[in-house]
Amino acid sequence: MTEILVLVDHVDGAVRKTTNELLTIARRLGEPSAVFIGSPSDDAVAALKGFGAEKVYVVDDAEVKGYLVAPKAEVLHQLVEKTSPGAVLISSNAEGKEIAGRLAVKTDSGLITDAVDVQEGPVTTQSVFAGSYTVQAKVTKGTPVITVKPNAATPEQAEGAGAVEQVAVTVSDAAKAAKIVASEPRKATGRPELTEAAIVVSGGRGTGGNFEPVEHFADALGAAVGASRAAVDSGWYPHSFQVGQTGKTVSPQLYVAAGISGAIQHRAGMQTSKTIVAINKDEEAPLFELVDFGVVGDLHAVLPAATEEVNKRKG
Amino acid sequence: MNIVVCVKYVPDATADRHFEDDNTVDRVGVDGLLSELDEYAVEQALQLKEKNEGTEVTVLTVGPEQAVDAIRKGLQMGADKGVHVVDDSIAGSDALATSLVLAEAIKKVDHDLVVCGMASTDGAMGVVPAMLAERLGLPQVTLGSVIEMQGKEVRIKRDGDTATEIIGGTAPLVLSVTDQSGEARYPSFKGIMAAKKKPVETWSLSDLGVDASQVGLSAAWSQVEDTAARPPRTQGEIVADEDGSGAKALAEFLASKKFI
Ligand SMILES: Cc1cc2nc3c(=O)[nH]c(=O)nc-3n(C[C@H](O)[C@H](O)[C@H](O)COP(=O)(O)OP(=O)(O)OC[C@H]3O[C@@H](n4cnc5c(N)ncnc54)[C@H](O)[C@@H]3O)c2cc1C
Ligand SMILES: Nc1ncnc2c1ncn2[C@@H]1O[C@H](COP(=O)(O)O)[C@@H](O)[C@H]1O
Repeated sequence: MTEILVLVDHVDGAVRKTTNELLTIARRLGEPSAVFIGSPSDDAVAALKGFGAEKVYVVDDAEVKGYLVAPKAEVLHQLVEKTSPGAVLISSNAEGKEIAGRLAVKTDSGLITDAVDVQEGPVTTQSVFAGSYTVQAKVTKGTPVITVKPNAATPEQAEGAGAVEQVAVTVSDAAKAAKIVASEPRKATGRPELTEAAIVVSGGRGTGGNFEPVEHFADALGAAVGASRAAVDSGWYPHSFQVGQTGKTVSPQLYVAAGISGAIQHRAGMQTSKTIVAINKDEEAPLFELVDFGVVGDLHAVLPAATEEVNKRKG
Repeated sequence: MNIVVCVKYVPDATADRHFEDDNTVDRVGVDGLLSELDEYAVEQALQLKEKNEGTEVTVLTVGPEQAVDAIRKGLQMGADKGVHVVDDSIAGSDALATSLVLAEAIKKVDHDLVVCGMASTDGAMGVVPAMLAERLGLPQVTLGSVIEMQGKEVRIKRDGDTATEIIGGTAPLVLSVTDQSGEARYPSFKGIMAAKKKPVETWSLSDLGVDASQVGLSAAWSQVEDTAARPPRTQGEIVADEDGSGAKALAEFLASKKFI
């Protein structure tokens, strides 16, 4: 069977859930081989193995760290030459897409970004034009390079061989020309990661700058917190929590929008959520057109009461 | 200093965007405009021009006849000249082909900085800047929300997923800027008048030495097999909140869907 390379997405060694999803998808296409750039802990290797990685290529090159995407693309390029894989799967975040773009140029291969599903072929499904169209596509040249969105598959455990292989790669000087000069890690919120969460509760301009009702309701549901660009631009919530065209795309089981009107750029980031709920004091708010359930009312009254109600029911 | 800004002509997001029978995006039948996200790129280029005397800003687009509108808008905002690459065989190109054509055009223009938007508003792949860096062999400093340049040193602030980073590189390089980088200016009346006299060059593929067989739909590295409009969502129940009834109904709904 052909190898399918999966670039492991990890934060300081902790493997992210999206990687488990990629490994699950890779099993539909061939034999998954995880590519870990950095030095994986035993736990990390066990996790990759647990989701079906037959091989774990470890590229522990200090040179790669601190130099952004160009060296990572070189690493993958060398692995593609070595293994002639059936496809390369990468997480669809800003960095993943840039790595994929460079890899596609290097290998003269077709690139598909933001897949929400990948089946045998590989045939991908994408959601385009602010979620109003679904597109099926296929790579026709070279080694398919595919970036896959979070929640594209339900991770399924399956024991792989998990054979670790250290790989030596050479990183060109050119690839080191852009570097990270300083980095300030974001403070952990204790909440699920926005793009991975099963439930997202977002606040907009209607919060008036007070996100407490939004956060409390999110915590009652075990949800991640999101924000509209109006809330971000007002400085009420950090940009990394923005949902929409120029923020994150989310596709959770449940999306709750409080005090958000539903501009097309916001909808582009949440339209494919399974269930949508809105709380807005304006019954004409366009977001109500999309909802499964809506409350016309003041979020400052509705959310705290609903939080209490949820907590009561949880007992 | 010479700055090339890559701007894309895209279908208006508020209009009815759709696909053609051959599964390519209809770029002719709907109103188009300069991608809003590329206005931020033009703005940052113009701010760098204001801070660095003797800077020339070129707006470059690859697209159909009408795409010259995107160039014109850039010139009205204050760019100095335009380059429009237009060729029938380009229609239906994917990001690989587009980046190939852009890279060849950029090679023909003096450039210390290549400035891009964060993503196009139609394709929204966000890969062309990285592909350009790869093809041109230049460093990439992408997704900046704050851009600073001192001499040849470029520093940007990037609000990443897990960290806020300062990223640096030395020109020549490829830079991309986000919509957090600051509102783009509106063309002034003076700017609109001045734009009429600014030079716009039109190049075909043969001017760039690119073979038509390398681009377009038939040469695409990937192929769209099928497109389907998503069924519109049907509106569910909407209740009005009266004395706390909204919260109860909401909790009831969430419980019925097993979210509690
Ligand atoms: C290039 C570009 C990219 C963009 N990208 C994004 C993006 O990624 N994400 C994004 O969100 N936007 C984006 N936007 C902005 C978008 O167009 C809207 O301006 C934005 O989404 C509006 O945010 P909002 O709904 O919070 O604010 P508003 O549109 O002002 O809506 C506020 C809503 O809150 C309601 N409200 C007020 N008070 C209360 C209350 N007490 N209780 C209940 N409801 C209340 C109001 O009735 C109103 O419906 C982008 C725009 C552009 C041009
Ligand atoms: N056809 C094009 N002409 C000029 N610039 C483009 C074109 N396509 C993409 N770009 C540039 O590349 C950026 C990212 O585009 P994309 O990768 O398509 O999302 C845009 O913001 C533009 O700056």
